[in-house]
Amino acid sequence: MLEKVLIANRGEIALRVLRACKELGIKTVAVHSTADSDLMHVKLADESVCIGPPPSRESYLNIPAIICAAEITDTIGIHPGYGFLSENADFAERVESSGFTFIGPTPQSIRLMGDKISAIEAMKRAGVPCVPGSDGPISDDLSTNKRLAKEIGYPIILKAAGGGGGRGMSVVRNEQELADAIILTSNEAKAAFGNGTLYMEKFLENPRHIEFQLLADTHGNVVHLGERDCSMQRRHQKVVEESPAPGITAQQRDKIGMRCAQACQEIGYRGVGTFEFLYQDSEFYFIEMNTRIQVEHPITEMVTGIDLVKEQLLVAAGEKLRIRQEDVVMRGHAIECRLNAEDPFTFIPSAGVVNWFHAPGGPGVRVDSHLYNSYRVPHYYDSLVGKLITYGEDRHTAIARMKNALDEILIDGITTNVLLHDKIMNDPGFVQGGMNIHYLEKLLAL
Amino acid sequence: MDIRKIKELIRLLEKSSLAEIEIHEGGDFVRISRQMTSAHNTPMVVAHPAGHTPQFAVDAHSHAASAMKSAEPAVVMKEENHITSPMVGTFYRAPSPEAKAFVEVGQQVNVGDVVCIIEAMKMFNQIQADKSGVVSAILVEGGQPVEYGQPLFVIS
Repeated sequence: MLEKVLIANRGEIALRVLRACKELGIKTVAVHSTADSDLMHVKLADESVCIGPPPSRESYLNIPAIICAAEITDTIGIHPGYGFLSENADFAERVESSGFTFIGPTPQSIRLMGDKISAIEAMKRAGVPCVPGSDGPISDDLSTNKRLAKEIGYPIILKAAGGGGGRGMSVVRNEQELADAIILTSNEAKAAFGNGTLYMEKFLENPRHIEFQLLADTHGNVVHLGERDCSMQRRHQKVVEESPAPGITAQQRDKIGMRCAQACQEIGYRGVGTFEFLYQDSEFYFIEMNTRIQVEHPITEMVTGIDLVKEQLLVAAGEKLRIRQEDVVMRGHAIECRLNAEDPFTFIPSAGVVNWFHAPGGPGVRVDSHLYNSYRVPHYYDSLVGKLITYGEDRHTAIARMKNALDEILIDGITTNVLLHDKIMNDPGFVQGGMNIHYLEKLLAL
Repeated sequence: MDIRKIKELIRLLEKSSLAEIEIHEGGDFVRISRQMTSAHNTPMVVAHPAGHTPQFAVDAHSHAASAMKSAEPAVVMKEENHITSPMVGTFYRAPSPEAKAFVEVGQQVNVGDVVCIIEAMKMFNQIQADKSGVVSAILVEGGQPVEYGQPLFVIS
């Protein structure tokens, strides 16, 4: 087992990682910016190191500072959390070449999946269904691109090879718009990601977002832990997630899950990973893979009973997976509501002091949050202040428990989106289940 | 109570074998105690294998009904008197083990003078003073790890 782990992140995920480390008897090092000295996990960690001023670039994205902090504390492993440097292959490489264990996949896997084109090629080779598309980067030749788009069939979507997460994309509905869209999107991609390469895909009008959780060790064992439905989104940001995805059959789950597991084996994947799909007309289409622990991992933990962060630490320590695919059973239903420090309907962020935090409780209620009374939410980082997760024997119970929990929860001093989650939990469309990725925005526009 | 008095008290405590000094003056009082760092509950970087490092906690309570003073129980030494570390690394007082330290207590430093080395990622960074004055305290021992923003020197 790793003796000491440095947590290269902040907020709720840093606390989550700290909890898993403590359970396994691993000593913890919390690195933080000057704005985060009072973070809950910093207070609980065995050691802490201030690595820089508030701006992320000078702290949580500051690779030399993080590696230095690891050196002076004799750290063994570094957990990158999500966001920040978690999918930065250079960081993973420097961590390893500096003699530390990177708790995540190999730098090569991160690179492979970070380039969206090579990721799709790897998935195709493994038999994972993908969106019909250009099968590679598009060239400058307009007539070829026009032909390609015609073959795929409008509407098509242009995507940045170096992008992801909903950024650097544009939809083209007819041939007249194509030429300009290619130039514009390529320039945007270059500015945002330093890479103007684009690829083309069929644009699915009303898909659901369904992703599969995978777990692989360093002994060639891989299991899939079922799927999550993350279709409740606003501007490509997930708001509510649930597992399992309503309406997905066991056969569908097994088929896609096994293909993803096979892909992981073929690329020598290590640790946790998520395969994201668009689901439309009963078909799954791979769009991208996330090579890190995800925000919504708790809902998979609730329905499978498997602690994903602990598994990450065990895999990083070289342990074999203790479960086989037959041991993975999805039981009941879980829902997660992301609690953000923002106005529920204008989405204006709200930093400030939480003068009263009261967490809900009762059977099937889980709160993953770093909030406490008198904690000051800084304005330098994202607005996620916690996750409210409920679990029940069926979806109906999970929703009922979430409504109760939203009634009980109190976060006073800052504005949060609790009322938005209230609205969603009481919405007939959501309660029915199976809504697509445009549903929430339509609901909010009303 | 003014900051110079507090600094003087810290120096007295440092030089003595006392664990704690508490002074009451009119409506104010100050308590300064010597704390050994331990593995549990440490706000700062834990000791280098060489041993424990004494830290100083300052509690200042003001009962004066002054609008300027806050009700906060803890007073932090005013930052303008500190030279703080601009990076994470290991602090060294001299350019090499055999060489003389860059500065000693009582020495005058000017802006731009090299006061110490901080080793980070195998690179030795010369740290320059960002203020002029007399070094009244050196808060870190050679070979000790330091974090970003950690006070290194007190300049008066």
